[in-house]
Amino acid sequence: MKLHYTATASALALALGAASAAKAEDLTLCWAAWDPANALVELSKDFEAQSGVTMHFEFVPWTNFADRMLNELNSGGQLCDLMIGDSQWIGAGAESGHYVKLNDFFDANGISMDDFVPATVTGYSEWPKGTPNYWALPAFGDVVGWTYRKDWFERPELMAEFKETYGRDLAPPATFAELKDIAQFFQGREIDGKTVYGASIYTERGSEGITMGVMDVLYSFGFNYQNPDQPYDMQGFVNSPGAVAGLEFYKELYDCCTPPGMSNAYMGEGIDAYKSGQVAMQMNFAFTWPGFEVDPNVGGGKTGYLVNPAGPDGLQFAQLGGQGISVVSYSEKQDLALEYIKWFAQQEVQQKWWSMGGYSALRSVVEDPGFAASQPYAQTYLDSMAIVKDFWADPSYATLLQDSQKRFHDFVVAGNGTAQEALDGLVEDWTVTFEDDGKL
Amino acid sequence: MSESPIDSLARATPPALAGRIRGLSDRSIAWLFVSPTILLLLAINIFPLIWTIRLSFTNFAANKPNAEVKWVGLRNYERILTDPDIWQTMQATAHFLFWSLFFQVVIGFTLAWLINRKFRGNDFVTTLIVLPMMLSPAVVGNFWTFLYQPQIGLFNYAVEFLTGIPASSFSMLGSVALAPWAIVIVDTWMWTPFVMLICLAGLRSIPDYIYEAAEVDRASKWRQFWTMTIPMVLPFLMLAVLFRGIENFKMFDLVVQLTGGGPGDTTLLTSIELKREAFEKWRTGYSSAYAIILFVTVFGLASIYVKALNKVKER
Repeated sequence: MKLHYTATASALALALGAASAAKAEDLTLCWAAWDPANALVELSKDFEAQSGVTMHFEFVPWTNFADRMLNELNSGGQLCDLMIGDSQWIGAGAESGHYVKLNDFFDANGISMDDFVPATVTGYSEWPKGTPNYWALPAFGDVVGWTYRKDWFERPELMAEFKETYGRDLAPPATFAELKDIAQFFQGREIDGKTVYGASIYTERGSEGITMGVMDVLYSFGFNYQNPDQPYDMQGFVNSPGAVAGLEFYKELYDCCTPPGMSNAYMGEGIDAYKSGQVAMQMNFAFTWPGFEVDPNVGGGKTGYLVNPAGPDGLQFAQLGGQGISVVSYSEKQDLALEYIKWFAQQEVQQKWWSMGGYSALRSVVEDPGFAASQPYAQTYLDSMAIVKDFWADPSYATLLQDSQKRFHDFVVAGNGTAQEALDGLVEDWTVTFEDDGKL
Repeated sequence: MSESPIDSLARATPPALAGRIRGLSDRSIAWLFVSPTILLLLAINIFPLIWTIRLSFTNFAANKPNAEVKWVGLRNYERILTDPDIWQTMQATAHFLFWSLFFQVVIGFTLAWLINRKFRGNDFVTTLIVLPMMLSPAVVGNFWTFLYQPQIGLFNYAVEFLTGIPASSFSMLGSVALAPWAIVIVDTWMWTPFVMLICLAGLRSIPDYIYEAAEVDRASKWRQFWTMTIPMVLPFLMLAVLFRGIENFKMFDLVVQLTGGGPGDTTLLTSIELKREAFEKWRTGYSSAYAIILFVTVFGLASIYVKALNKVKER
């Protein structure tokens, strides 16, 4: 009888052991719900086949992504083993202990940050910025750029009319002034029996939309977040005359040249406006570009891709998007999560990632001689990534972001006050936040 | 006489336990029964409230667990009450609250009064009218964004049809002047049926003989309406206003879907602002103070209102 009990207990222990071992071979990766995430699911099947690990995915739509995932991190949740968090989260991820520091892991596995595009290392991995402290592996390079209706730009009658009106060819704009001219030219025009409009730009109020759009323009007009010689000194930088001119330009572009009803538009609305043939030009992140190439309405050579135009003084920058992949410090499967990162960092995996629509940040992929010609948008992506700037990645970024959302939307969409007042107010808001943080 | 189940249960109770229970007073037994509920209420209502009050005097940020928590006294309250942006959200909330309640009461009562008359298909029409309140606010918010779309929205086309104003010349959700009315319209569309149902219950509770007596006294229909119908339905109507007022004061989902608080801060209601402060900016101490101010406001207004409601009922 005793033997019987012992055998039963052993069998039970084995079964439980096997069950827990099987459970340990699962990993959950958290990211935004968008096309690249679907590509990553496909790509990760190779990892599953090689490692025997089952991958689970938790994808949240962009407008709720920060809300949902920052809640998860702040509450020490164990839902995610791997987090592809937005670039601005890196400060909070590092300082609040949400992410595992990866320096030792990189050193032990021969992963060098020199092998990745410098802008993505600074943007997605480093905290504090400019120091060799890495909290993520660059996973998805992204940047705000423009698409335009190449087929409309090439119509002889439109080209002739534009030349007659503006005294130059109807060509992709090199400056924001040119972009506005073109947008005005198309605004309200009848093309193929449909009324079309100039451009779709970011105006979303709730999450980060209008800030991404406005900043994308302001950088090239001379906006700086702070005095380069004195951190957090913002007076005269955030609200410099150039920045004021840039914000006024954004409002003019919104007023003159966007389709009716685009008062709360972000990535999805931009994609819809462009694909449905409503707009001649569209501001959007590069992740949207592969989708246009295969779209029946705007694909097949009808779309051109454009680096963010230059400002009045020739400055040319673009808003950084994209994310790095981090190991969540609350995960009980950190070793397995690191295995995934090790696998993901491989050259052949990154090459496949690019071929599936994922924007690799590995230099050997993007600096390959064949890269620029591999897709119609590849060169534009490369050129754009060379001129990126990013929003505050400070631990208080969410507060700073909500302040800018409010100030920009209030001026650009609601039409309250002046650009100078909006930016002066932003300096005040940000100063309060940094004072609360003890940084001022 | 056969023994009842209670008697047999009492007989089966072990003597020691029976003795112990026998030793308890009625008051003690009452406490014994209600104490689990009281403990639960303390845990999920009173304790969080006291904790929130405590946090409201600190600079605590829930996303910075390692940061030092400092006692800031009344600074959070002072910042909130002197912040013009907060007063703007209060104004936006008051506008939304007043006008949505006004339209819901007027239209809801009118519909109830019409439905109360017996006609063929009465039940079918009632069911049709209450459909909007059965929908999820998120769904309603989403499809009204399409209805309000200047290029394809049915609402704009209806306005064009009725007034001649071109559909694409105005944006209900993008205009500072129109957006506050856009959210009032949607809330009215969704929740008027609720007010109607309560009014209908009030109208149907008035006995027919009162009207018959009024007819005998040759009271006009107009006089019957103002001196009998309205006073007798008033407690129901006030109850509906109380329910809708509390609901609309904490309105969140519908407006977030429609405008996200924009354009600018035009439709930024207090609940949306509070959520942003608490869970997007993570200013936990500050948002706790904000929540306490809102709680005191709602509690005070609701207390005054309930007193008025009781007076009306006593008449």
